[in-house]
Amino acid sequence: MHRTGALYGQFKTLEQQKDTATLGMWIFLVTEVMFFGGIMLAYTINRHTYFHAFAMGSNTLSLGLGGFNTVVLLASSFTMAMAVWASQTSRKQLITLFLGLTILLGFVFFGVKYVEYAQKFHHHLVPGKNFDIFYCVNNPSKCEDIDAADMAKEREELEVAAKADPDLNAHAQLYYSAYFGMTGLHALHMVIGAGLLFWLLKESVAGKFNAEWNNPVDIVGLYWHFVDIVWIYLFPLLYLIDRHK
Amino acid sequence: MRTQPTAPALQLPEKHYLNATYGIRSWLLTTDHKRIALLYLASVTFFFFIGGFFAMMIRLHLLTPNGYLLTPDQYNRMFTMHGVAMVFFFLIPSIPAVMGNFLIPLMIGAKDLAFPKINLISWYIYVIGGVFTLWSMINGGLDTGWTFYTPFSTLYSNSAVAPAVVGVFITGFSSILTGLNFLVTVHTMRAPGMTWFRLPLFVWAHYATSIVMILGTPVIAITLGLAAMERVFGLGFFNPAMGGDPILFQHLFWFYSHPAVYIMILPAMGVISELIPTFARKRLFGYHFVAAASLAIAVIGFLVWTHHMFVTGQSTYAAVAFSFLTFIVAIPSAIKTFNWTATLFGGSISFDTPMLYAFGFLGLFLIGGLTGLFLGALGVDINIHDTYFVVAHFHYIMVGGAVMGYLGGLHFWWPKITGRMYPEWLARIAAFILFIGFNFTFFPQFILGIMGMPRRYHTYPPEFQIYNVMSTAGASILAVGYLLPMVYLTWAAFFGKVAGENPWPATGLEWKTQSPPLTENFEVTPVVTWEAYDFHNRPDLGLDVPSGKGSPGVVAPAHGDD
Amino acid sequence: MLFSFILMTTLFFAVLVTVVIIFAAFKFRRQSEKEVGDDVHGNNLLEVGWTLIPTIIAIGIFAWGAAIYVNYRIAPKDTLDIYLIGKQWMWKLQQPNGRKEINELHVPVNRNIKLIMGSEDVIHDFYVPAFRVKMDVVPGRYNTMWFRPTKTGKYHFFCSQYCGTNHAVMGGWVTVMEPAEYAAWLSGETGDVNPVSAGERLFTQLACVTCHLSNGTGRAPSLNGVFGANVLLADGSTVVADEAYIRESILQPKAKIVAGYQPIMPTFQGLVTEEQILSLTAYIKSLQSQPVPPKGAGIAPSSAGKK
Repeated sequence: MHRTGALYGQFKTLEQQKDTATLGMWIFLVTEVMFFGGIMLAYTINRHTYFHAFAMGSNTLSLGLGGFNTVVLLASSFTMAMAVWASQTSRKQLITLFLGLTILLGFVFFGVKYVEYAQKFHHHLVPGKNFDIFYCVNNPSKCEDIDAADMAKEREELEVAAKADPDLNAHAQLYYSAYFGMTGLHALHMVIGAGLLFWLLKESVAGKFNAEWNNPVDIVGLYWHFVDIVWIYLFPLLYLIDRHK
Repeated sequence: MRTQPTAPALQLPEKHYLNATYGIRSWLLTTDHKRIALLYLASVTFFFFIGGFFAMMIRLHLLTPNGYLLTPDQYNRMFTMHGVAMVFFFLIPSIPAVMGNFLIPLMIGAKDLAFPKINLISWYIYVIGGVFTLWSMINGGLDTGWTFYTPFSTLYSNSAVAPAVVGVFITGFSSILTGLNFLVTVHTMRAPGMTWFRLPLFVWAHYATSIVMILGTPVIAITLGLAAMERVFGLGFFNPAMGGDPILFQHLFWFYSHPAVYIMILPAMGVISELIPTFARKRLFGYHFVAAASLAIAVIGFLVWTHHMFVTGQSTYAAVAFSFLTFIVAIPSAIKTFNWTATLFGGSISFDTPMLYAFGFLGLFLIGGLTGLFLGALGVDINIHDTYFVVAHFHYIMVGGAVMGYLGGLHFWWPKITGRMYPEWLARIAAFILFIGFNFTFFPQFILGIMGMPRRYHTYPPEFQIYNVMSTAGASILAVGYLLPMVYLTWAAFFGKVAGENPWPATGLEWKTQSPPLTENFEVTPVVTWEAYDFHNRPDLGLDVPSGKGSPGVVAPAHGDD
Repeated sequence: MLFSFILMTTLFFAVLVTVVIIFAAFKFRRQSEKEVGDDVHGNNLLEVGWTLIPTIIAIGIFAWGAAIYVNYRIAPKDTLDIYLIGKQWMWKLQQPNGRKEINELHVPVNRNIKLIMGSEDVIHDFYVPAFRVKMDVVPGRYNTMWFRPTKTGKYHFFCSQYCGTNHAVMGGWVTVMEPAEYAAWLSGETGDVNPVSAGERLFTQLACVTCHLSNGTGRAPSLNGVFGANVLLADGSTVVADEAYIRESILQPKAKIVAGYQPIMPTFQGLVTEEQILSLTAYIKSLQSQPVPPKGAGIAPSSAGKK
C-alpha cells in the first residue's frame, strides 16, 4: 500500500501526480452530475405534470429541519475549505480540527435526516402499499407530532389539491419517490464522503499533509463541496415548492 | 568481408510482465495494466461464450416456423440474455478494457495508467456485476429484452429482473472508471514529445469513447436504479396507473444506450486506424480529420437517441429533429471510411490476418452504416422499425464492425501481448470462414425485415422460413470462425513462434519495446520526436524508404536510445 | 419510393467504395518485403468534398423521409375512426357503430381510416406491413395512426413491440372490403342466404343466448317451441307469440313481461336492423320443434287458456 505523500510508480513527479488526481476527481464529479441528472429529469417532468401533488408533497416537509440542514451543510463546506487552507499552510492541528468539525456537521445532517425519514415512515408517506397522503389528516391521533394549527392547514391544502387533482394520492407518491430517491442518493454520497473524511482525519493526525503535499485534502474537498451543491439543488426543489402563500 | 551469420532464432526476453511475479495473488491483486487487460480478456471471452450459447439457441429454434426447441417463455429469455451478455458484458468492455488497457500506456510512453488501482477495482466491479447477472440468468432468467422496456419489466415480467438490472448497474461503474482512467491518462501521462497530434488514432478513438463512457453510463445507472426500485418498491415513475410514463424510461434508457453503440464502435475504428497504416505501410490519410471525426461522433452521438422511438407516438417535430441529427452523425463515420480507403492508395499492402479483418470491417461496416440510413429516414423507419432489418443492421455494425475490429486487434497485438506469433495461414482461413459465415447469418435478415418479420418472435409465418434457415446455417459457420481463433490464439500464446519486438513492423511506441513488455513498459522513458505512422522517417523499422521521398521530419532513434 | 431511392443510393456507394477498396488492394499490393507506401498526409479538398456530398445526400433523404412521416402522423379530417386496444396477448377493436372484433380489422377500401389506440397493460405495437404503417400502443395514453387502403384483400398484421410470452402470436388479419360489403358486414349482415343460420349467429352475437337458455334455467324463458304458442304474461293475460310479438319483445321488451320473470331484458332498438329482426324471427321459428323444458318456457299451460 502506497503511503500518502509518496510518489506512485507510474508518475514522474509529485506535480504530475497531483494534476492527475485532481483531473480525475473533476471528471468523476462530471459523472456524478450525469447520475443525479437522470433522477432530476424524472422529477422535473413529473413536477410539471402533477404540480398540485408535488406542491402538496413539498408542503408536508419541515421547512425548519430542511433549512437547518442546509445551513449545516454550508457550514461543513466552510470547515472543509478551512481544512484545505490549513493543509496548504501546514497548520497540522488545524487540519485535524477542521476535518473533525466537517465530519461532525455531516453527522448532524444525518441525524436530522433520520428524524425526517422516521417521520415519513410514521406518517405513511413512504412509497409502497401503505402510502397515503391523507393518512395524518384522517388519523390525527396517529400523527401527534403535527400540532392542531398545522393539521388544519394541511387539511385545507389537501382539500384544494384533491379538487385540482382527483388522483392526488398516486401522484403524491411520485413526489415522494423523487424525495426518497434524491435525498437517499444524496445521503449515500454523504456517507461515502464521511468515510473519505475519516481516512483524511487519520492521515492528518499522522502528519501527512503540509504545504508540499495536500492533494488528498484538496480533492476530497472537491467531492464534499459537490455533495453540498447537490443539496443546494435538492433543498429548493423538494422543500420549497409553492411555499409563498 | 565477414559473411553475415544467420540470424539466431529469436528468444523471448528474460524478464517481462508475465513472469515478473508468480502466483494467483500476483494476478488477482495486480495493478499492472497489462495483467488487468488479460483478466478482462478472460472475463469478456467467458461472457462471449455465454452470449454465443444463447445465440445458438435462438438460431436453432428459429429453423422452423413453429419452433419446437423452446417454449415461448424460454425463447424470450434466450434473446434477452443474448443481448444483455453481448452488449453489456462483451461489446462495451471488449476493446477498451482489453486493448485500451494494455496499449494506451505503451502507446503514449507511460509506465501505467493514471490510476492503476482504480483499473483493478474496475475489473472487480465488472466481475461482481457479472455475477449478479449470471445469477439472474440461472435463477429464473430474464425475458424483458436487453432494453428492459417498462411497464413490462417493472410490473409484468415473471423473470429475475431485479438481479439482472442490479448486475448491469454495477458493471456500468466499471465502464465509468475505465473511461475516467483513460481520459486522465491521455491528458497527464504522455511521454515528452508525445503531443496530441502525434498520438496514434487508437488513442484518439479511446479518448472519444471515454467521453461517451463518463457522460452516458451514469444515466443508464440511475435509469436502471429507478427501474429496479420501481419493481421492488413500487415507485411509479414508469407506471401509468400511478401517473408515471413508460416512455420516460425509454428516453432515459436510450439517452445512454445510443451513445453506448458508439462506445462499442469507436474503439474498433481506432483499431482499424492502426491496422490500415501498418499493413499499407503508409500514414493514415487525413489524420486530423479522422481524429476530429471521432470526437464528432462522440458528441453528436448524444443527440440522436429518440430515433429508437419514432413510432412511440412522440411529438412529430421532435422526431423530425432527431432524424436530422441521425443523418448528421452518419457523416463523420463516412469521412473515416473514405479516409481509410484513401490510405490504401499508394500504399504497400500486405494481406496478413489483421489486414484481412480490417478489410472485412470496411466492407461490413459500410453495409451496416448505410443500412442505418434506411432506419434514420422517418418514412422508411415506420416500416422496418422493430423488424429483422434492425437486427441485421446492428449486427453488421456490432459483429461485422466491432468484433472484426476486436479480432483484428487481437491478432495484430498478440505478438506484443504474448511475445509469440499466431499461425498465419490458419488465421487467414479462420478470417474467411468468419466473413462468409457472418454474411450468411445476417444478410438474409435484411430481407426478412423488409418482408415484415418482426423481431423477438419465437414463431413466424411460414413464408419467412427459407431466410431463417439460411441465417441459422450461416451462424454455424460463423461459430467455427469464432472458435478457431480462440483455440489457435491460446495455443500460440504458449507455443507460437517468438515474434520479437516489432514483427510487422509497425510505427507505434508500443512496438519500440520488447515483446512481451516489461512490467514498467519501457526501460527508459521515450522522448517522441516523430509523427504517427511516419514510415518515411523511421529508419529503425528497417524498411526501404526511397531516398528524397521522406518529409523533413526528425528521424526517430532506434530502440534504446533517447 | 423513398425506400427504393435509399436502396439505390446506398447500393451505389457500397459498390463504389467496395470496388475502390478491392482495386486499391490489388493495385497497391506489396511488391517486396521491405517496401513502404507513399508519404501522403491528406488532401483537404477531398475531405471537404466527401464530407459535403454525403451531407447533401443525407439531408435529401432526411427531408423526404420527414415529409412522409409528417404526413403519416397528421391524419386527414375525414377519417373513419376505429378504436383499438392492445393487451397481452390480443387486440380488441371497435368499429364506429360499436361492433367489436378480436384480432381482426375490417375496413372499407379507398377511405381514410384512423385508428385510435390504447393499451391495457404493456407497450404493444400495431404493424401492418402491407400498408406500411406501424404505431406503438402505450398504456396511459392514446396514439393515433391513419392509413388509406387502396386494394381489397386480407393483410397480415403483427404485434411489433415485445410484450411478453405470446408477443409472436399476437397477430391477425386486416380485411379490406368494398364499401357496400363493409356496410353490410358492419350491420351484421353476413351475406348468408339462409336467414335461420343468420338469425342463429345473431342470437349468439347479440348475447341473447346468455339469458334465453334453451333448457329453461336462464334468467329469461327458453324459446324452444314458443313461436305460435300462447305465452303467459305477468299480469295473467296470455298472448300468441307471433312475428309481431317477437319483434315487440326485441325492441320494447318491457311492454310484455312473461310470468315468473324479471323485467331485465335490454332493448335492442337501434342495434338491430329490420332484416336482422327477420332473421332472428326465422331462427326462433325454427326452434318450434325443439323440446320444451318443463319449467322455464313461459308458455301458458295448454289446459284451459285463462284469459
